[in-house]
Parts: sequence; structure tokens; C-alpha cells
Amino acid sequence: MSVSEMFSYIQGFLTADHDIREDIRKVVQVLEQTAREILTVLQSVHQPSGFKEIPSKCAKARELFCTVRTQIADLKTKFPAEQYYRFHEHWRFVLQRLTFLVAFVVYLESEALVTREEVAEILAIEVVREKGFHLDVEDYLAGVLIMASELSRLAVNSVTAGDYNRPLRISNFINELDSGFRLLNLKNDPLRKRYDGLKYDVKKIEEVVYDLSIRGLAKESESGGDK
Amino acid sequence: MNKREGEGCPHKNSDAAQDRDAGSNPSSPVITAFKVFQQELDTKHDKYERLVKISRDVTIESKRTIFLLHRVTSVPDAEQVLNEADVKLDGVRQKIGQIAEELRGEDIYQFHRAFTPGIQEYVEAVSFLHYIRHRSLISLEQINARLVFMRNGKMEAQGSAEAVPLAAQVLTFQVTPSDYLLGVADLTGELMRMCISSVGNGDIDTPFQLSQFLRQIHDGFSYIGNTGPYEVSKKLHTLRQSLGKVEDACYTLRVRGSEIPKHMLADVFTSRTTVIDPEEGVV
Repeated sequence: MSVSEMFSYIQGFLTADHDIREDIRKVVQVLEQTAREILTVLQSVHQPSGFKEIPSKCAKARELFCTVRTQIADLKTKFPAEQYYRFHEHWRFVLQRLTFLVAFVVYLESEALVTREEVAEILAIEVVREKGFHLDVEDYLAGVLIMASELSRLAVNSVTAGDYNRPLRISNFINELDSGFRLLNLKNDPLRKRYDGLKYDVKKIEEVVYDLSIRGLAKESESGGDK
Repeated sequence: MNKREGEGCPHKNSDAAQDRDAGSNPSSPVITAFKVFQQELDTKHDKYERLVKISRDVTIESKRTIFLLHRVTSVPDAEQVLNEADVKLDGVRQKIGQIAEELRGEDIYQFHRAFTPGIQEYVEAVSFLHYIRHRSLISLEQINARLVFMRNGKMEAQGSAEAVPLAAQVLTFQVTPSDYLLGVADLTGELMRMCISSVGNGDIDTPFQLSQFLRQIHDGFSYIGNTGPYEVSKKLHTLRQSLGKVEDACYTLRVRGSEIPKHMLADVFTSRTTVIDPEEGVV
């Protein structure tokens, strides 16, 4: 095989690779759009009036997840299933956002941490790599961490809206999450960087709880960890 | 077994933290879930580290082979050096076999970053050897064809968790086209050094052959341009420098070769390259 033949062979490979990436990028763009829509729907829970509407907002978000499912199904057809990590970078961000959104919805509904299996089910993807398009554990954890900062915001806003019990429940939840993350031996990677931000969320919520309890606004009975 | 100890310490710390934070509820679903994640992440990181280690060994051995091959120009019995290099590369292939073993049942791109430096260096070494023997560019298929391994019992202990079907007795390792490309880009640097040293030994033909070959590779890279991976465009710059040096060498040989006695050629040549060097830095 001559040098030029070899290079045109490689060039062919690179072009094919490029085309796949283009296709993926297009689908991911649409997916990001949907994710933003869901986020907009959920953002209204921070409004004073939004607290009463949580169930209806969640229902609406869940409807939008149907769209996400079809879009992910579309994404799956764009590349060979066993080459997930070759193109992982393209959807890593959006998948983390979607995990966050699912986790947020589930938290608002049931005040519990969504499991990886639930996220996978709602997004109609797999948990383990062997079965196809799956949710990488690091992406799941990153999504959960995004939710933690969203919850610290929610704690502040719920006080403004006059809901004094919610911050206590959020505080318990976040503390549990924090001790969960402390079990992990993270490497010096993006996930670790994001985890380093968790302590600020914890701190913020603790301040809210402190403000409430020093003014006698929090009922002591609520602070004993339910759940 | 340093790793085990390293793992033990943070684990103890986190146990303490867990007692403090969620002491009332250590077996909550959240904690149980995170224990599973801990295991999964640790397994992944361990595998990654093992691959990095093997890759480093592959890099070192390949570099040594390249050094060995540079001696080809100065010893009378080239064949002996080449055979020695072959033996060395067999050792490297054994190591790549270990990589393949680690990657069995995995997505190779998940851990690609761990072993790509080693593989590139291997491509460099193996293509250098191939060039010296056959004066041609080794193809990707030729490289991959030699990376087929029979599974042996020893490796079974560290095999991945899932059951392996009997058909998987033969392991293959596929060098990705990008790794191949980057390895070939590195090869050009070695060819440039070989060109310079062969002049030092009074070999007049090799530089011309090399400049021919380098030009072909350079044309190939120009053809790919910036459609390739990001690192290729960086290496293209170094490739141009190498090509420039070799072309200048040929030029000097042609112009002055006829007027200077052979035994003094090397001196003329070395003085000329040192003049070129600072210019190269500016470009």
C-alpha cells in the first residue's frame, strides 16, 4: 500500500467520523432545546405563587420527558451502540442536565433522591453499558449535584414564599446527599470539581435553617429526619 | 498493594463523616446507593490506572527500540540490530496484549485516553522498523494484524466481571486511525534524525530516499489537513520543520558533495545544520 493510498484510506475514515459527529450534534441540539423547555417549566416553582402548583408543573415536565424519550431514541440510531464513549462528549452535558431535571421532578414529587434506574427509565435508556445507550454513573452523579444547588435556591425562595418547613426537609436531604458523596473516592476530574461546590450549597441551606430556628419559625418536630 | 491502603484511609474518613451526618440513618437508601457508586467508580479508576501503567511501559520500551534502531546507521551488521528490535517489539506487543485483556468487554473509547500515548509510541517504533527494512510505510492493517493475542490462563484472575463466551479466546487490539496518524507523524521526526546521522556516516543515498519518503508523508498530511484530530495540526508544524531539515541536507549534499572529499562531508554538514536551527525556531 503506497503512502498516498494509506492517507486517503485514513481520510475516508475521518470523513465518516466527522459525518457521524455532525448527525449527533444536530440531534443533541434539539435535545438541549427540550431540556431548556423543561427547565423553564420547573423554574416557576421558585415563584411565590409556584409552590402551590408544584404537582401540576411536575406533571407538565413529565409530559415533556416523552419528547425527550423520542429524541434520545433518535440519537441512538446515529452511531453504533458499542461506540458510546467515542462520542460521549457530545451528549454528556445534555444528559447531565436531563438527569438533573428528572431528579428535580422526582424530588419535588416525593422528596426522595431519584435512583439511577429511575432516571434511566424516565429517559428510556439503560443502566448498564452492555445493554446499549446508558447513563454513565458519573453523569448521574453530576446531575444530582446540579440538583443540590437548585435545592439550595429553592430553600431560600421557599422562606420568601412563607413555607418555613421546606428548608428543614431540604437540609436533611442535602446532608444525606453530602454524606453519600463523601463515600466516593473521586479523582481530580470534572465531577470532583462539581462536588467541591456541594459544600457551599450545604452551607447556604444551613444558614437558612439557622435563620429560621433562631427566630422560632421552624418547628422543632419537623427537623427530626423523616423519610 | 499500595492501592488497597490508599483506598482504606479515605474510606475510614468517610465512615466517620457518615456517622456525623447521617448517624441516625446509616443504612438509608441514599447511603446504600452511594456505596454501590463508590464501588463502581473505584473499579473504573483502578482499571484506568492499570492501563496508564501498561501504557507507560509500552512507551518506554518503544522509545528504547527506537534508540536501538538509530544504531542501524553506524553498525556494519544491520540485520542483527533489526532482529534485536523485533524481539523488543514482541515484548511491547505482550504488553499491548495486557491492554487488550483489560479492555475485554469494555468500550475501548472509554479508556482510550489512558493508553493512547503508549500506542502512538508503539506505532512510531513499529513503523520505523518497517521503514528501515522495507523502505515503505507500514499500513494500519499490517499493524493491527500483529496485535492478535491468544488468551492464556494467567490473565484470567484479573478478567472483567462479565462472563466471557468461548469465542473470545482470541483477543485483538485495534489501533485507531487517529492513533496511527499521530504515530506516523512522530515517525517523521525519527526519520529526520536518521537522515542526519546517516550523512554523518558518509551514507549519501539514504538522505535522498528519506526526503522522498518524508515528502510523501507530508503530502499525505496536507491532504488530511485540519479534518483530522486536533493534535494532527500541531504535529504538522513539527513535520514541516523535519522535512525542511532533510531537504536542506539533500541540498547541501548535492551542491557541495562534488567538491568536498567524502570524509569531510560530515563536518560541512553538521556546521550547516547548526546554522539552520535558530531560523527554524522563528518560523
